[in-house]
Amino acid sequence: MNRIAIRNGHVVDPSSRVDGVRDLFIASGRIVALGEAPEGFTPEIEIEAAGRMVCPGLVDLSARLREPGHEQKATIASETRAAVSGGVTTVCCPPDTSPVIDTPAVAELVRHRAKQSGRAWVLTLGALTHGLEGEQLAEMAALKAEGCVGVSNAGRPIRNSEVLRRALEYAATYGLTVYLQPRDPWLGQSGFMHEGSVSTRLGLPGIPETSETVELARCLLLIEQTGVRAHFCRLSTARSVEMVADARARGLRVTADVAAHQLHLTEMDVAGFDPMFHVIPPLRTIRDRDALRAGVAEGVITAVCSDHQPHEPETKLAPFNGTLPGISALETLLPLTLRLVDEGAFDLNTALARVTRGPAEILGIETGTLTPGTRADLCVIDTEQAWRLDPGTLLSRGRNTPFRGWEFRGRVTHTLVQGRLVYELR
Amino acid sequence: MNFPGNWNTMQLDAQGRLRHFLTVEGLPRRILTDILDTADSFVVVGEQPVKKVPLLRGKTIVNLFFETSTRTRTTFELAAKRLSADVLNINVSTSATAKGESLLDTQKNLEAMHTDMFVVRHQHSGASHFMAQHAAPHVSIINAGDGQHAHPTQAMLDMLTIRRHKGAFDSLCVAIVGDILHSRVARSQIHALNTLGVGEVRVIAPRTLLPVDIESLGTRVFTSLSQGLAGVDVVIMLRLQKERMQSALLPSEHEYFQRYGLTEEKLALARPDALVMHPGPINRGVEIASSVADGPQSVILRQVSYGIAVRMAVMSMAMGRSPGARETAAKEPE
Repeated sequence: MNRIAIRNGHVVDPSSRVDGVRDLFIASGRIVALGEAPEGFTPEIEIEAAGRMVCPGLVDLSARLREPGHEQKATIASETRAAVSGGVTTVCCPPDTSPVIDTPAVAELVRHRAKQSGRAWVLTLGALTHGLEGEQLAEMAALKAEGCVGVSNAGRPIRNSEVLRRALEYAATYGLTVYLQPRDPWLGQSGFMHEGSVSTRLGLPGIPETSETVELARCLLLIEQTGVRAHFCRLSTARSVEMVADARARGLRVTADVAAHQLHLTEMDVAGFDPMFHVIPPLRTIRDRDALRAGVAEGVITAVCSDHQPHEPETKLAPFNGTLPGISALETLLPLTLRLVDEGAFDLNTALARVTRGPAEILGIETGTLTPGTRADLCVIDTEQAWRLDPGTLLSRGRNTPFRGWEFRGRVTHTLVQGRLVYELR
Repeated sequence: MNFPGNWNTMQLDAQGRLRHFLTVEGLPRRILTDILDTADSFVVVGEQPVKKVPLLRGKTIVNLFFETSTRTRTTFELAAKRLSADVLNINVSTSATAKGESLLDTQKNLEAMHTDMFVVRHQHSGASHFMAQHAAPHVSIINAGDGQHAHPTQAMLDMLTIRRHKGAFDSLCVAIVGDILHSRVARSQIHALNTLGVGEVRVIAPRTLLPVDIESLGTRVFTSLSQGLAGVDVVIMLRLQKERMQSALLPSEHEYFQRYGLTEEKLALARPDALVMHPGPINRGVEIASSVADGPQSVILRQVSYGIAVRMAVMSMAMGRSPGARETAAKEPE
């Protein structure tokens, strides 16, 4: 295996509280030392990182890779290539593929394809209910044995509270974390954007805040009853942040994430009917956005994810409510997160923690840190390089981004996965 | 100026003239007044034995309707014919789009046939904006109703009706009654009334039929018909769709009529010379009593006649061929 030295980089690793210029040494796919080289270390590759930042590879809690079943949109190969170009070394893929990841065979297929493509690590969530239909329990024990890191209904409703309760209990039996995206099966189901003054103006059916909070309340009560470890995906409202903070304060084992775009965009951005801003949960008010930012800063929300959903162009070439929701977001996760530091929402260490060790802890994996001994998943970032987003240059098969023309600072120059250089900016 | 939702960069050309007519929201009062003045001149055309003017001779107008409509489609068709344009009516249920062709492909195919204008009705809010964004440079888009968003020609024919009966707008109090939540007509009326400077715009409905924060569009909200009608100059009733009972918005037609139906007794609370309007088609005995719909204060059928004149005005202006166009152009250097 390669021995690599990354020289003179500004190493920032929130989990080990390292923040300073250090050399970093890798051997056999692991970080072997920070600062001083181990005795007799002779690197085969040297990466000069003076003036650049070296940080753990990003861990993304939710990326749709579209395989199997939707290869017209993207493939595991195309999307993991996009991931590493954005510094993302681990992605977690929800079970709403086609077929659904509710049998070990599908989980194995995803793992196999990811291995073939050989770039980012691809983890899977198994289905919580059979076919995600919300009626029968999925074979969670078998899914866990095949390597699924958790279970989820991927935003599909479980209407019957008895089924939800039993699904949580069964998941708890096997120590599986349940990933819940709170959305009431009735409130705002026919909606397309946040219910508020903008939806009133545009005449677009609305999705009220209670669509999220009512379901969040039901889930919290059942989590408390069953004692399952649960993670809330894609919070979008100020009230949700309060509810999760309260639950955590009362000792419930719950965590939460937010999609990076929710920390930047609001309902006002939808006012031009641009389908690129069509997302679920919807973009909400400035007050919600600010509360989500505060939730990230204060550690109520411990992960920021991409919520990557690549689409083929036709999918977004229609009037707003004739389009599918979602953003191709793997390549904007890091830029949007760094931008929050520039905007003063929180400091660099907090920002990086929420995209590295924070999500890794939720997933229960060892990465997201540069502590010697751990797997060498990391990236080198030229933090001063300014660039403007041109959707045509995205490596993802999906070019559906609302951030066309946005100016960012900071660009990934190298990405290493298990000590292998899988991306280098040319 | 190009913030999301500022449609004027799309609706008006570089000289500030109407190019597409997508929404009333944000258009300057000058444009709305131009539409009304031009429509006034066309009202006369409809009353003459020969009802045609040659303004749009040689132009091809496509009526592209993705939702069924009788009144709006036929009045657009008549308006186009009275302007001497060639008209193509495309109803989606009998065309390629029903076979899965996208809106954009439909538009591009029709543009390839050298058409000049699309009059579009679509179930999705923003559909006409979408078409305007993708339109060829010489093609105009007229919104004939998009989802629950806008129905600007309906609003303008209502404004023409009000102006022809009441003269000035500034002292008027206008009430819009009924299913505001689902109504593109109400939204366009509210914008038009506020732009033309009426004294007060009221909306009257049970809370289930009022969209969130409707006050922000410049309205005063009433949930009681009796209180809301007190002293108004114009009452605009909206059609109540039968589906609203199924979706838990209302208990029954009966209770709705009891509380929000316009009867002679309720109308007596408005000013004695108040106009009664309705965009049609009316549900007699659901939102309006027959005696009121057919009564002396009703101008419902006039609205239909004025609808043709307003659509002639909008079509000719968007094609740069309105009777006053030369005059306006001559004035411009000032």
